Amino acid sequence: MSWSINIACSDRRRLDWKTGISAVLALVTLTFAQDVSLRPPVGANAGNPSAIGTNGSGSATLYLVSPSVTVKHDIELGQSISLSAKELQTSGRYIAIVCASNCNSVSFFVAPAKPVNLMFLVHPSRAPVAQSDAVSGVALAFDEFHNLVLSPVPVQFQLATKGSSPISHNAETRDGVAWFRSSSGRSAEPLQVTASIGGDVGTRRVVQQVASDPCNLRIKGERTSKGIVVETEPVRDCSGNPVPDGTIVTFTAKNGNGTSSVDAPIKQDVARATILAKGPVVISAASGVAMGNEVRIGGGD
Amino acid sequence: MKRTLPIIIAIVVVTVVLMFLGLTAGRSAGTVGIAAGTALPGFSPTASTPEQTLNNFLLDVRRRNWDRAFASIERTKDTLNEQTFIQEWIGSNGGLRSFSSLEGFETRPLHATDSDAQMRVHLHWTTPVGPVQDVRDFTLARRGDNWKVIWDENPKPNVPAQIVPVNYLRWDLVAGNSSDEWGSRNVDAPHVRIVSMNAVDSAEGAVVMGEVVNEDTIPAFVNVNATLLDGSGGTIDDESSFDKILHVLLPKQVTPYRIDFPHLSLSKVKNVRMDIKATLVPASSDPVIGVMNQKIDTDAQGHPSLHGELLNQSGETVNIPHVIASFYDNNGKVVWVSDGYVEKALLPQSTEGFALEIPQSLAGKVQNFHVVVNQYSLQRS
Repeated sequence: MSWSINIACSDRRRLDWKTGISAVLALVTLTFAQDVSLRPPVGANAGNPSAIGTNGSGSATLYLVSPSVTVKHDIELGQSISLSAKELQTSGRYIAIVCASNCNSVSFFVAPAKPVNLMFLVHPSRAPVAQSDAVSGVALAFDEFHNLVLSPVPVQFQLATKGSSPISHNAETRDGVAWFRSSSGRSAEPLQVTASIGGDVGTRRVVQQVASDPCNLRIKGERTSKGIVVETEPVRDCSGNPVPDGTIVTFTAKNGNGTSSVDAPIKQDVARATILAKGPVVISAASGVAMGNEVRIGGGD
Repeated sequence: MKRTLPIIIAIVVVTVVLMFLGLTAGRSAGTVGIAAGTALPGFSPTASTPEQTLNNFLLDVRRRNWDRAFASIERTKDTLNEQTFIQEWIGSNGGLRSFSSLEGFETRPLHATDSDAQMRVHLHWTTPVGPVQDVRDFTLARRGDNWKVIWDENPKPNVPAQIVPVNYLRWDLVAGNSSDEWGSRNVDAPHVRIVSMNAVDSAEGAVVMGEVVNEDTIPAFVNVNATLLDGSGGTIDDESSFDKILHVLLPKQVTPYRIDFPHLSLSKVKNVRMDIKATLVPASSDPVIGVMNQKIDTDAQGHPSLHGELLNQSGETVNIPHVIASFYDNNGKVVWVSDGYVEKALLPQSTEGFALEIPQSLAGKVQNFHVVVNQYSLQRS
């Protein structure tokens, strides 16, 4: 296992590892001395300047250990220590260590700023129509410094398809996360899903609603000089959506001598195949686990 | 020099004697009635019997001495020329036979008189997909002092020049940009499902088989893995379906799969863990291959097998067709999955026969079957 400490001083120089060790030693030392009293900032927010109050006199060194970086300042005791907006960009627990003859410390919490950004993940990217709980989405609220906003934030989810009024779902983030689950619509078309905070911060995703399994698969066929030409009626799902082109329909023809089968793709809503079979045949069709009707075709000449 | 010449002569004489002994002794050591396809390179014993004639003919084929092999046959049709005869043996159009070589053969007499004879030959081919056994019957006829192999193979009719319109759907993949916002360009993997699974013991070991359906609206590249577990939950073995599956599954297409565990018995297995993996792939609906006249019959050796013909309904040559079939009992349960490669390329708008073996013990149980065709085309690889 390896670990490191990044330490930056007030003039933005990166400090070497020796200074990092001295900050750690200061943490150890402060256990044994409580001479300087420190007053932590109250209600500090990420990206807002703040200050730590001190008493006493003389010069000292401040080590500010934050969740992301550690900085070092030379300070005068008895004056308040200014913490710039940049030093407080990361939310979380901070430890301020002041070392003069002895070291003292105080910890305080910097809260995230107001949410300005939503990370939005929607699943799945394709959903069959008319399925309950088929679409789900998760939104995470972040402030401008990419801190996860843990306080409750109202989030509005909106699901809209072309030509229909959008459906809204209001939720509140819990520990920074809000989510929804919804059924898919009845028509195969893109579903636009939007998550927004306060109406002005919004993120949009698209779910392709696709046709479900074929329903009422019906076929017809006739004997021609080239064989038996068999085709489906326009293949649709149970909601009436045309099944996508390229979907496989398996035609099977059985007669007394044997079986012939063709896996034919749907093209412009119809699957079509030519089967070479002599004599009377019974032809059936299936697509995935959906079965179609049977047709009987006589032997012809 | 005086001493060198006798030594050279002695070496040559000994070599010739040893070669003669090798030719004659090797033949007498074989099983009665079976001739094996081995002889010293460059030597073909004089053919005075139909067995020797066929042996010499097949040795010439194996060595690719096409002029001699062609000279030893008697054509029944004038349309057969040497070029088509050669293509019959070395394949054409990028078919599996084009990448194969005849490793050996065994001949058995079926019937013989003074004037004609029938011989059955087991041909052993080495191919990129593993060894392939081929059984072929030959007729030989006496012509004077010699015997001739009667060649009655019909040369394949040439496909007439034509234009075959192809406007089936094709799926392409567009990869997302890494700079896209997180979660904005995700495309889910295709949704596929194992619809049946059965595990049986066979002569070669344990076999796990069943069927998979692509329930999605996009093509999927599918692979099925099985892990055999013992009573304590420990892994005994894990294998994948390898080539015994139709890997590229179009929407709503169903494929058989078979996973072999050689030298393993199911008596040691407590549980089987199945795992199916599907990824997005570019694919095409073309070519469409029909499977015509499927019938369970017994082959020339009396083994039950599924016969049929593949019909290429598209305008693209399928170089190596691969046939996979699932066999069901009267309850619709998959009791066996068999596969086989067709050695000849499947030309556009033409047919090619196939045969898949069914274990003797299962032949009585089989009530129905489902055949799919995997295709390898050089144009796409």
